[in-house]
Amino acid sequence: MNALEIKNLKKSFRSNFAVKVYHILKGIDIAVEKGEIYGFLGPNGAGKTTTMKCILGIIFPDSGEISILGQPANRAESRRNVGFLPEHPYFYDYLTAEELLLFTGMLFSLPKKKILERSKELIELVGLKAKRDLKLKKYSKGMIQRVGLAQALVHDPDFIILDEPFSGLDPIGRKELRDIILSLKNAGKTIFFSSHILQDMELMVDRVGIILDGEIKKQGKLSDLISHSVRYYEIVFTGIDEKTLQDQQVKYALQDANYITKLETNEEANQRIEWITKNKGKILSVAPVKMTLEDIFLKEINQ
Amino acid sequence: MNMRLRAIALNTFKEAVRNKVFYLLVVLGVTTALSSQIISMLTIGDKVKVLKDVGLASIDFFCVLIAVFTGINLVYKEIEKKTIYNIVSKPISRSNFIIGKFMGLALTLLVALVSMAAIFFFFLYISTGEFDVKILLYFFCLYLELLIIIGISMVFSSFSTPILSSIFTISLYLIGQVTWTFNQFKDRLVKPLEKTVAYFFYYILPNLEKFNIKNAVVMKTELDSYLIANTIIYGFCYTSALLILAILIFNKREFQ
Repeated sequence: MNALEIKNLKKSFRSNFAVKVYHILKGIDIAVEKGEIYGFLGPNGAGKTTTMKCILGIIFPDSGEISILGQPANRAESRRNVGFLPEHPYFYDYLTAEELLLFTGMLFSLPKKKILERSKELIELVGLKAKRDLKLKKYSKGMIQRVGLAQALVHDPDFIILDEPFSGLDPIGRKELRDIILSLKNAGKTIFFSSHILQDMELMVDRVGIILDGEIKKQGKLSDLISHSVRYYEIVFTGIDEKTLQDQQVKYALQDANYITKLETNEEANQRIEWITKNKGKILSVAPVKMTLEDIFLKEINQ
Repeated sequence: MNMRLRAIALNTFKEAVRNKVFYLLVVLGVTTALSSQIISMLTIGDKVKVLKDVGLASIDFFCVLIAVFTGINLVYKEIEKKTIYNIVSKPISRSNFIIGKFMGLALTLLVALVSMAAIFFFFLYISTGEFDVKILLYFFCLYLELLIIIGISMVFSSFSTPILSSIFTISLYLIGQVTWTFNQFKDRLVKPLEKTVAYFFYYILPNLEKFNIKNAVVMKTELDSYLIANTIIYGFCYTSALLILAILIFNKREFQ
């Protein structure tokens, strides 16, 4: 059983007076396995938040099936074991962090004693211990994001959905959040999250889905997507004079008296290594430069 | 009570009582009710009657204002400020949300009404030395009327903006004061269609005049127990119908 399964999900919105129909999701399929971190990637307006809202019953799909931990998502009970951090979270600003967690815990029918114990742990985990008695209206954007994460975890859910969790966080906050997400994965939780900050995503996700214009363009294990995608080979060498290089029409760049040359294929790289050795050059390093998630993402967008 | 309902209800109550406007209206209500003492001093004739008449009318007025203000604001704000995302994404049904919200508002109104009524009783006792139990019944009927107003404001605010919801709710409140005239009007009509229309409006619109027993309380006339029972049943049925309508609208609502 997958933690999340979406089959042929479609969603459209109508303009005012229903003149124009905007097809936001055009039949997407996603399967998130238990215990993995799934990164949901896409530019603004691609349909990420719409997908998340459909999963959580905030809006209703036109068609398609969604199941959360084996239960149909249209039942309120399916969300019992789900934690959710919305994008730009809005909470009751007249509450303190502790009061918000108590309220959220009650929505999950947790005993008050358990909520209070858990609140204490979570407030410490997200680094808000010193500000626990402050009303949320006094919180900064980053602090709201932190308390949002705490409320998503108050009932110790197995499946956690995070919509742009890194927005509003400073580099330290991002590092801390990454550590929290990884510790959740180590505790056997499943995390489904969207982010624009691809470096953060690349450091954590097991699998990734790229959504563009309401369609999933690419989906798979991050290790597969990246390992199959060497962009070029970079050879750093020295010991050959520039004239020889120019005569052979070798493209290069100079760095600290060393030459750097880029070759697209493995064969080209091998030929160049042979040529350098033959010309009594000294190879300092050979490195395949792999595609980053950002490269894959930009490539999909450009296609 | 179900814990989720309690969470929504208590949070709604907390939100209402942490709003300064709520206190302002309660204080204004108490002040106006107490000003009836001064008015009664300037009156020739039955001073106690004026004291009760003006006092009860001002409590009525400010409680209605609180009902409209909180009823509209507290549901609409959830949608406008997107705090609703945090509720509907939890394992709570939308009907539970509406019922919890209603209970929180009902508790808020109860606290406002009891506070105003307690102060009014205290000063009435000091001025006249009497404790009229019938006034308690008046406050109970007023509370039933307030529950209907909360229900109306919740129906409108579940699909409309606060300004429009306020206009609709206040209009229905004012119409509700004269709905009984449709009953008299239909007897004078001859054509069946006109009769049906009059019947329709009489039964569909809230008949809020039913809850007004001020004259009987102030004039100390006998209260018909059958009419009181009828009013109580009417209040519960009408409020329930409004809540069902609000739930039906809210169940279809998408939050974008």
